[in-house]
Amino acid sequence: MEVNKNKRIKLILGITLTGIIFIMLLLGIIKTPYDPMEMSSELKLTGASFKHIMGCDQFGRDVFSRILVGVKETLIVAGAVVLIGSFFGTILGTITGYYGGILDEILMRITDAVLAFPSILLCLLIISLLGGGRNTLILALGIAFIPSFARIIRGEVLKIRSLDYIYSVKLFGASDLRIIFIHIIPNLKKVLLSTVLIGFNNAVLAEAGMSYLGMGVQPPMPSLGRMLSEAQTYIFTNPSIALFPGLIIVMMILGFSLLADAVSDLK
Amino acid sequence: MNLFKKGLSLLLLSATLTVALCGCGGDKADDSSQITIGIPQDLEESLDPHYAVAAGTKEILFNIFEGLVKPDKNGDLNPAVADSYTISEDGLTYTFHLRKGVKFHDGSAVTAEDVLYCIEKNADTSAGDANISAFSNIKNYYADGENIVIELNVKDPDFLEYMTMAIIPAGNTDAATNPIGTGPYKYVSRTPQENIILEAFDDYYGEKANIKNVTLKIVADADSVVMNLLGGSVDLYARISSTQVAQLANSDFNILEGTMNLVQALYLNNNVEPFNDVRVRQALSYAVDPKEIIDLAFDGKGTEIGSSMFPAFGKYYIDETKDYYEVDLDKAKELLTEAGYPDGFSFAIKVPSNYQPHIDTAQVIVEQLKKINVDAKIELVEWDSWLSDVYAGRDFAATVVGVDASTMTARAMLERFTSDSSKNFVNFASDAYDAEFAAAISATDIDEQTEHYKECEWILTKESANVYLQDLAEFVALNKKYTGYEFYPIYVMDIAKLKLAE
Repeated sequence: MEVNKNKRIKLILGITLTGIIFIMLLLGIIKTPYDPMEMSSELKLTGASFKHIMGCDQFGRDVFSRILVGVKETLIVAGAVVLIGSFFGTILGTITGYYGGILDEILMRITDAVLAFPSILLCLLIISLLGGGRNTLILALGIAFIPSFARIIRGEVLKIRSLDYIYSVKLFGASDLRIIFIHIIPNLKKVLLSTVLIGFNNAVLAEAGMSYLGMGVQPPMPSLGRMLSEAQTYIFTNPSIALFPGLIIVMMILGFSLLADAVSDLK
Repeated sequence: MNLFKKGLSLLLLSATLTVALCGCGGDKADDSSQITIGIPQDLEESLDPHYAVAAGTKEILFNIFEGLVKPDKNGDLNPAVADSYTISEDGLTYTFHLRKGVKFHDGSAVTAEDVLYCIEKNADTSAGDANISAFSNIKNYYADGENIVIELNVKDPDFLEYMTMAIIPAGNTDAATNPIGTGPYKYVSRTPQENIILEAFDDYYGEKANIKNVTLKIVADADSVVMNLLGGSVDLYARISSTQVAQLANSDFNILEGTMNLVQALYLNNNVEPFNDVRVRQALSYAVDPKEIIDLAFDGKGTEIGSSMFPAFGKYYIDETKDYYEVDLDKAKELLTEAGYPDGFSFAIKVPSNYQPHIDTAQVIVEQLKKINVDAKIELVEWDSWLSDVYAGRDFAATVVGVDASTMTARAMLERFTSDSSKNFVNFASDAYDAEFAAAISATDIDEQTEHYKECEWILTKESANVYLQDLAEFVALNKKYTGYEFYPIYVMDIAKLKLAE
């Protein structure tokens, strides 16, 4: 009973937080209260007011509008990164897990190598080769994310492969492809879902981190990390412009973590 | 396992010890005085003063090297390695008398041979242009006892400025890694991307440096400058922004204000579309409002300029150029339509990522250009790639940086825009400009020369070679423990003048 209650609170909190983020995302796509790029010298570093509920930044841009667009930018990057990571990760994981053998050895040692390499360094390398910007960042982070997905999927496939029902469909003469697509991949759903949610969290943090370092989304386009980085100079004089993007990142991470937790506990 | 644990604790112990030792060093600096100066980027790989390109390198090398003459804080030239000089009446023969007792940092005395070697190195045309192009005017140079005599082909009123050329020992072929000069400070060591160590030169002939040990600490992340200052790991940081100034209020730092003496502009590559069309460049000049940039990004501190010249140059500076393009969006759109871009166009502005003022400026420009439907995108690049791709490779459409003068001559600012100059990174090409510039450098009368230079500036303005913005205000944060910082009209930092406060 106690455990169930905890679970339910987690689920409700998770859904609420991600719900708020989702509404912000929609607002960011449809309409922001102000142009997030418009500058104004009168509004420089003004605090929160009824017109500008989160105040204005050092160029007099509305922080709330910038956060809405920033959430969109951050989620686009995180979403694309997870998509790349999980897609290629699933392919790699399934192939290596199902067939095993020498191919498995080779591919897994390659992913080991990528994993052993600090992912930030890998991203910096790719970005310095291809130039900065959002698309390069997606590519760089996506590549860095593949190995962790591949490992988890591989482990799960290994487990499923040795289950009795797989042996019996094999006896019925099902082809490898049929077994993979009809009997294995659908059973990866649950693992995949919680991996994706956790991966999503990591991707949000990675995007924020890279943009904070000036490698991701290019100014004047806002992203949560970029806004934090720009607000850093004002942290002592005008803490609010750093506070709000930071708060949103916390909400996002907390929301998805709780959701991932709750989902993995579901039957 | 045990061994591992032992190793780990040893490592930890030694780490804490180093920290503790460092902590002591900072406080006990009285008898062997010390200062840590923050700089925004590492010096160039080569420390050869004759080939230094970046202003950030030159401002430091100023303390290590000296020429026959040396500029002071008013921009006047004073005798240095030479203790006196005479110029013949026709202006064609310069005679420098070598100062007695001037020593190089390695202890050897400066001889006429060293001076001749340096002139030869910079006048050498075997590998293309002379390193100092004004030296191609030298007809003959030789040593006459303790005198160095230089004869010119034609009169050049600016020639003395080039005698600030660093004097290095003859045959110092590894000047890039082993810089030896005659300045008040000598080079000790460097750790790439971390620091450069200098030490006061005891045998300096003139007024010796007040502070013995100087560490130049590279603070590549603009955001951590204030933390470094407040945390006490940096005592002096030149060129901080106005917001950083606000953060340093009520701290241990004095804030000094001057001007940076550089030309900040949206530099346009005149060779790429659409900036090869003068109307497009003019349209940008009509659309960009430097006043708004100064207000928005610099809290109103900065001097608007309109050509490649800044106010510290006095007689060469033309204040009226800044009013040539008043903001006029209709006119800008009209010009764009004439040029064939009625719906605007898009381009990328490459901005060095370690210079926050330039990034801020670019952000305001992007907004201003939106009003004439021009879609500018900012691309942050690292300083090293800026130097190699944008400056040397000229692979860019537009960039925001500041360009300074290496010597106090109009030529230093204006020569780079002649069509065949190797420093002409914006690919500006104008026959009228080349002719005016040629007339200026061959003029024998100072007033006549000034007129030609001014005409050059007007051409740059009218042709809108670049979108000229401002001479940035310079704020220097100096720990209250020190005094004596001096602003120069050229981009240098005179460390020798710094001293401990009483």
